[in-house]
Amino acid sequence: MNASASTVAARPPARNATPAALKEREQGFLTLLVDGQLCGVPVLSVRDVIAETVVTRIPLAPPEIAGNINLRGKIVTAIDLRRRLSLRPAPAGRHPVAVVAEFGAGSYALLVDQALEVLTLDPADIEPPPPTLGAVWIEFSAGIFRLPDRLMVVLDIGRLLFADQEAKA
Amino acid sequence: MDDLLADFVTETLESLSELDLALVRLEKAPDDQPTISLIFRLIHTIKGTCGFLGLPRLEKVAHAGETVLDKLRTKALRVDSHCIGLVLTAADRMRMIIDTLSRGLDEPAGDDGELIHALNELAEGRVVATVVPVATAAAPAPAAPEPARSAAPATAAIVPPEAVAKLVVPDQVDAHGEQQSRGQTTIRVGVEVLENLMGLVSELVLTRNQLLQILRTTGRPDQSAGDAAEGSLATPMQRLSQLTTDLQEGVMKTRMQPIGNAWNTVPRLVRDLAHDLGKKIELVTIGADTELDRQVLELIKDPLTHMIRNSADHGLETPVERRRAGKPETGQITLAARHEGGHVVIEIRDDGRGLDPVKLGARAMTQGLVTEERLRRMSEDEIRRFIFHAGFSTAAAITSVSGRGVGMDVVRSNIEQINGTVDIESKVGQGSQFLIKIPLTLAIVSALVIGSAGERFAIPQISVVEIVLPGAQPDMVLDTIDGAPVLRLRNRLLPLVSLTRTLRLHTEADPSGDAACLAEKVVVVLTVGSQRLGLIVEHVFDTEEIVVKPVAPVIRNIPLFCGNTILGDGAVIMILDPLGIARASGLGMATEIRSRSADTGIAASDGRSDLLLVRAGPGAQKALPLALIARLEMVPRARIEATGSRLVTQYRGALMPLVALDPAVGLSGEHQPVLVLSDGDQHIGLMVDDILDVVRDRLDVEISSDEPGLFGTAIIDGHATDVVDAGHFLTRASQNWFRQVAAAGPVRRRVLVVEDSDFFRHLLVPSLSAAGYDVTTANDAENALALRDSGELFDAIISDIEMPGMDGNSFARKVREGGPWSKLPMVALSGKDDAKAGREAGFTDYIRKFERETLLASLEQCLAQHVAA
Repeated sequence: MNASASTVAARPPARNATPAALKEREQGFLTLLVDGQLCGVPVLSVRDVIAETVVTRIPLAPPEIAGNINLRGKIVTAIDLRRRLSLRPAPAGRHPVAVVAEFGAGSYALLVDQALEVLTLDPADIEPPPPTLGAVWIEFSAGIFRLPDRLMVVLDIGRLLFADQEAKA
Repeated sequence: MDDLLADFVTETLESLSELDLALVRLEKAPDDQPTISLIFRLIHTIKGTCGFLGLPRLEKVAHAGETVLDKLRTKALRVDSHCIGLVLTAADRMRMIIDTLSRGLDEPAGDDGELIHALNELAEGRVVATVVPVATAAAPAPAAPEPARSAAPATAAIVPPEAVAKLVVPDQVDAHGEQQSRGQTTIRVGVEVLENLMGLVSELVLTRNQLLQILRTTGRPDQSAGDAAEGSLATPMQRLSQLTTDLQEGVMKTRMQPIGNAWNTVPRLVRDLAHDLGKKIELVTIGADTELDRQVLELIKDPLTHMIRNSADHGLETPVERRRAGKPETGQITLAARHEGGHVVIEIRDDGRGLDPVKLGARAMTQGLVTEERLRRMSEDEIRRFIFHAGFSTAAAITSVSGRGVGMDVVRSNIEQINGTVDIESKVGQGSQFLIKIPLTLAIVSALVIGSAGERFAIPQISVVEIVLPGAQPDMVLDTIDGAPVLRLRNRLLPLVSLTRTLRLHTEADPSGDAACLAEKVVVVLTVGSQRLGLIVEHVFDTEEIVVKPVAPVIRNIPLFCGNTILGDGAVIMILDPLGIARASGLGMATEIRSRSADTGIAASDGRSDLLLVRAGPGAQKALPLALIARLEMVPRARIEATGSRLVTQYRGALMPLVALDPAVGLSGEHQPVLVLSDGDQHIGLMVDDILDVVRDRLDVEISSDEPGLFGTAIIDGHATDVVDAGHFLTRASQNWFRQVAAAGPVRRRVLVVEDSDFFRHLLVPSLSAAGYDVTTANDAENALALRDSGELFDAIISDIEMPGMDGNSFARKVREGGPWSKLPMVALSGKDDAKAGREAGFTDYIRKFERETLLASLEQCLAQHVAA
């Protein structure tokens, strides 16, 4: 898998790319920072990015549920991405950014440290996550991109939003 | 014009428009087979319905048209413009007839002989030199828009000519509209569209409330700036407010349906009941056109039916009794509805024997619901409310109509689920009256906002009885009993629950939550089912109208919340479920366990159920489904007596056999913890060493057991736990104890139970046997059908829905298809709520798993109906 940039086009489509994505070729990814790790989510599933927001705690909810957000009259449940990915809790006093993503019929807000920029990438360049990646990262990632200076983990929104649990219910 | 005809007119006008379009399309593409089929179908349907409704003229025209289309369809005839023209003429003729019908008149007289002849000749392949004009739609219509023109000139003089044309057009439409009044003043809209509109309007109302609140608060601190803002905003704000209210009412109206729709089955029901019970009953309905939200309407149907049954069965006397009491032989049941404020009030009244508080009180006492001392202090109305208590049935003898045990408590919990209330008034000898008060709509509810530890929550106002500041008056004193806080409120003891403790509102600064608890001083008294409890909170803020929104799926399994909402100030808060609070705090155990409330759901959709953990003998902790247990008792040692080799105790005025859950359960200590399993008036007590906890968990038996009385071992709450086969103990007790009762009953009826899970089968069999049924089991649908084919006969079938292989619905369809079982009552048992599919498949009734008493009642009912039919 040490293909250089010049051989990118010849590489077979990555396993995780959906057919729709292949047709479009280029796809936008919103890049995020979570505990120093660069992540990306498909920009088409993102509805909103809110910097300052009040999160109302929900008692008795699982720890990764940060609470509810009032998104212009709609109630959106916020998920603390650091907790969801079993990372260190955010240092005190830092205000997280809420990335509102749509999944199924509902919307959820992912609380991240920072939302950066939208990168246009070819889904064919997605590589499967290396096995050395932590188990949690493997569970929630749809693959990784090698950017010129660093790696970006593509997050699997469905899994992050408890798709597995909903399917069971 | 009756509804049937009105529907027909609307539908036919729609079909005719479609027909016009299709005919034009066909003229352009004569070989378009699907279009020919469509036209044929349209005309065929009109013809068929005409015959049914008795419209001979329309039928003849449609029939002739159909004959032509049939030839076209089979390609015996070619499509040409003459043919199209003739069919169009036929369509116009039909439209003309329909127009007349839509004005509420009979079919117009007239001769269609020529047209029919032309059509028939065409069908035979001959062309008649047609005398029937290929007319435009308006031509055959008798009422030409004359009046419109005569009205126009008055304005014509002062407006330019093109404006006249414009003016005339709407007039024409009016004249025409009158003709077609019935056909065009209603349109059909999907319920979804209305639901969506209702949601949007509810949001709008909330936003309006938010704006009003902002306006109020900004007005206060800085008078001058506030005045300016208020001055310029006040008028448009007022208008917006009024418009929003009007819009809300308008949209609500679209969802409204007359309550008569829920009543239309009642006359039949009353007739059948009168017949079955040998009583003479007259039904009077008042206010059938009272409208309420269709969602509420759906939910009120079942409770209403139940209450009518109750009135007919328990309320009214037999003709002989009535005559003796000096009343007319025919009893009267009155069903009345009216609007009152934002509510609909429904009355179910009978002029029967009334509810005798003395008898009710005595019965409540023998059932252990109340002590004699307390009973003395209760008012008659309070005593009558015992009939809403779980398991309280007023009929001295159990009858097939009202069933056993299923009573008004189910009605009450159903009504409470839609935020309604139910109450009773009665005079001995003169009759009883039930008053149901339900909200017009479920979309917006009134809620009380409360808070502790800096967080706010909403409680549905309907469950709030009062708000008490303990210590403010001498008859409201905080106390503890055995460490549990209680409030002595006007000489009654009220169990107390801390909001902080229940929701674990601990913060980093206050990790134990003790500080927050100390700050809680106000008691909000809630009614939960038939009991009351006090919720201690720090603050009571305000009442607000809120829109209940469902919570996100990831947090749906927290039973303490029934929704969330956005307050006027924009904050998102959770809505507390009073029933959830009562259950979480274990109050349900201290008094009566509400085993039949909808969300007790032993087989809830997430597959988890409430389990009682106990310790009995050595070895692992033991678990059994909470739904099976009626009460938990601490029986004083001195009250346990030995008769022969058996242990008994006095319980609710009768002897109750005691069985040890494990042989090693020792009689030690002053009190013996006992789990009471009951079946109607029969109880048995399971002795255990210790009652540990109630947990909600999945019940997956991983290692099965050969030991009698145990299913096997499961992991519950993180510990290896023996799962108790309660059925085993029930059977043991019933063999020893209930045998006489069962034998004394009437002929035992045979019931087939089809259920794949051993666990549920073991639970069902003993309760059914104890109720006097002869039970046969099959572990899947195929085996059940094999029993049928081998000639086995039963009186009723109870079947699970989710089974491997053939599921319950397919099984029901198979049974209904034919054979000796095709007419048998079938009751479905399911963990899911999909009664509709079940009934469509052929089930007589549909019951959630573990609603044991509901099942028994349903069986009785099904069998009674079956015999009657």
